[in-house]
Amino acid sequence: MIGRITRTVDRISTTATEERDFLTVKNLKVAFPTEDGLVQAVDDVSFAVEKGSTLAIVGESGSGKSVTAQAVMGLLDRRTAKVSGEIWLNNVELLGLPSSEMQAMRGDDLAMIFQDPMSSLHPFYRVGDQIVEAMRAHRKVKPKEAKREVVDMFKRVGIPAPERRVDAFPHQLSGGMRQRVMIAMALINSPDLLIADEPTTALDVTVQAQILELIQDLQKDFGTTVIVITHDLGIVADMADEVAVMYGARIVERGPTKTIFETPEMPYTLGLLSSIPRMDVEAGGRLLPIPGNPPSPIRLPKGCVFEPRCRYKAMTNGLSETVRPELLPTAGSPDHLVRCHLMPETRKRIAGEVLASLAEATKA
Amino acid sequence: MLLLLFLLTLVTFFLFNLLPVDPARLTCGKICTPALLEINRHRLGLDLPPLDQYLAYFRGLFVGRTFSADSPQPIVCSAPCLGYSFLRHEQVLSMIARAVPVTFWLALGGFIIWIITGVSAGIYSALHRGKWQDRTIMGIALVGYSLPSFFIGLVLIFFVVLEWGWLPFPQFVPPNQNPLKFLQTMILPWIVIAVLNAAFYVRLTRNQVLETLGEDYVRTARAKGLRERVVVVKHALRAGLTPIVTAAGLDLAYLLGGAIITESIFSLPGMGVLAVQSVVDSDLPVIAGVTLVSATFIIVANLIVDLLYAVVDPRVRVG
Repeated sequence: MIGRITRTVDRISTTATEERDFLTVKNLKVAFPTEDGLVQAVDDVSFAVEKGSTLAIVGESGSGKSVTAQAVMGLLDRRTAKVSGEIWLNNVELLGLPSSEMQAMRGDDLAMIFQDPMSSLHPFYRVGDQIVEAMRAHRKVKPKEAKREVVDMFKRVGIPAPERRVDAFPHQLSGGMRQRVMIAMALINSPDLLIADEPTTALDVTVQAQILELIQDLQKDFGTTVIVITHDLGIVADMADEVAVMYGARIVERGPTKTIFETPEMPYTLGLLSSIPRMDVEAGGRLLPIPGNPPSPIRLPKGCVFEPRCRYKAMTNGLSETVRPELLPTAGSPDHLVRCHLMPETRKRIAGEVLASLAEATKA
Repeated sequence: MLLLLFLLTLVTFFLFNLLPVDPARLTCGKICTPALLEINRHRLGLDLPPLDQYLAYFRGLFVGRTFSADSPQPIVCSAPCLGYSFLRHEQVLSMIARAVPVTFWLALGGFIIWIITGVSAGIYSALHRGKWQDRTIMGIALVGYSLPSFFIGLVLIFFVVLEWGWLPFPQFVPPNQNPLKFLQTMILPWIVIAVLNAAFYVRLTRNQVLETLGEDYVRTARAKGLRERVVVVKHALRAGLTPIVTAAGLDLAYLLGGAIITESIFSLPGMGVLAVQSVVDSDLPVIAGVTLVSATFIIVANLIVDLLYAVVDPRVRVG
């Protein structure tokens, strides 16, 4: 603990420019060399999260969102993954840390909830013991106190009969209970940053809502900063303060949740919004899928990553095929960034048309 | 399990009775007249129908029996009677009782060495997968795996005992009689047994650990901030332990039935040597006895392995 404080002080003195943002990721790149070529899983991703707020990273499978999260957690194997860029947490740069220091922070300052609670708990150990193990990795606790703390945390996350459940094995619990155990495990050391990687994908719909609500409640109580990774826009609307839309290893649009839902500009985001099944559209109405498939991470398009699937690429005069667009603020709202070659007015017009047609479908 | 053992007695008994060797003839001596042969056959109880012979044998296991009851010198074989070797004029049970401790110490020592070296080398190899450390270990394992035990044994004896004279020539003494001599005798056979078996465990452990290292719960363990050693041993290895326990239990049991070549090379009077001798002599009661005892070890080991599953993997526990 003391080591970390002095270290933090060191870093502050060298980087006085770091502002109020609690987590800052700058130009993060992750590549995996394979026999078929270099897999560029994350390409130049930058974002910042304020303390206590929630960032949602949205994107389809293979868009690089999970790898981004694992890079922040320091869970990527340095032997197989080439990672570059900067990740600042609380004024400590994580990528440059020796692995022993990163290990000391993992599970203590930052923690993670994984997608599949079935396979993420060790099948051979009692769930209580697995959580106690997480506590004792970072602080000295007497076994009795540790167990009491786990029971308290189980109560917090809504596990019934916590005194009995701490002695259960994972296979004796339901999927929802196991995810609650995972949440308890992630929060037991009161981390400042919690990364939830598709925390509800493997769960029943009824349980999903409970788990999301739980994460939000706990976030309020603990003041935790949350990054939620998902492909479910419902979760985004529900939880996030800010959204980063990822496509083809890059962030293609970023901004406050309200802005992204109400005035999206990137054609991919528009596509995502039009392809959500909606209760308010009459049955039999067709969804609007995005045509084509995501790009191969081995051969990302030279220009805009979304170009091969974009309906409006003709309007860029071939620019999108050759030149890589930058993630730039939109006119009027510096928080809203878009990576697109279309002219701002064109984007706004297209977005207006798409949203209007969606609204029309709702009425009909 | 008891049924299995019962079937085992049945099979060994009748199998050996089908052999084209006539025990009566073997023990008859050089001058053998048909009359003498007949007397001998009666003395051995071989004139009875096979089923009666088996019943006598089976009863002998539990209540004991008496051979040549109507002769001037009856041979009392008390329960559990595994038979009587007329060739060596000794009870099979006492011959086996003499051989078992030798084999037990041989197997146990070798087992401990090979498990420790095999499993730790396997883990080390898995952690350095693809690097020179891994390749070296796998190379050594392959060589160890393919060398025949008599070769390793003879090479060791030749150099360590004969050429360099570091150790006296092996001669078995029980460990409580002369611990130093015991160790001096056993160290080479232990190494031979360990080299042969460790190679297999290196590969098994390496593969198991590599497989479980990719599991989600190992990632969870890392995300908790556990030290890498804890992640590997407590989480990855533990999860991959089941096949290792299975193989270890059965290998140990198999070894307790006698390591024929190793025992012969180091002239250790264990189960393996006893088995070879009795086969060479066509000493049927001894062969049957050794078979029964060895098979019992394997059956019991199977049971223990099954029980260990429940210790290793809580999902196997019932109720």
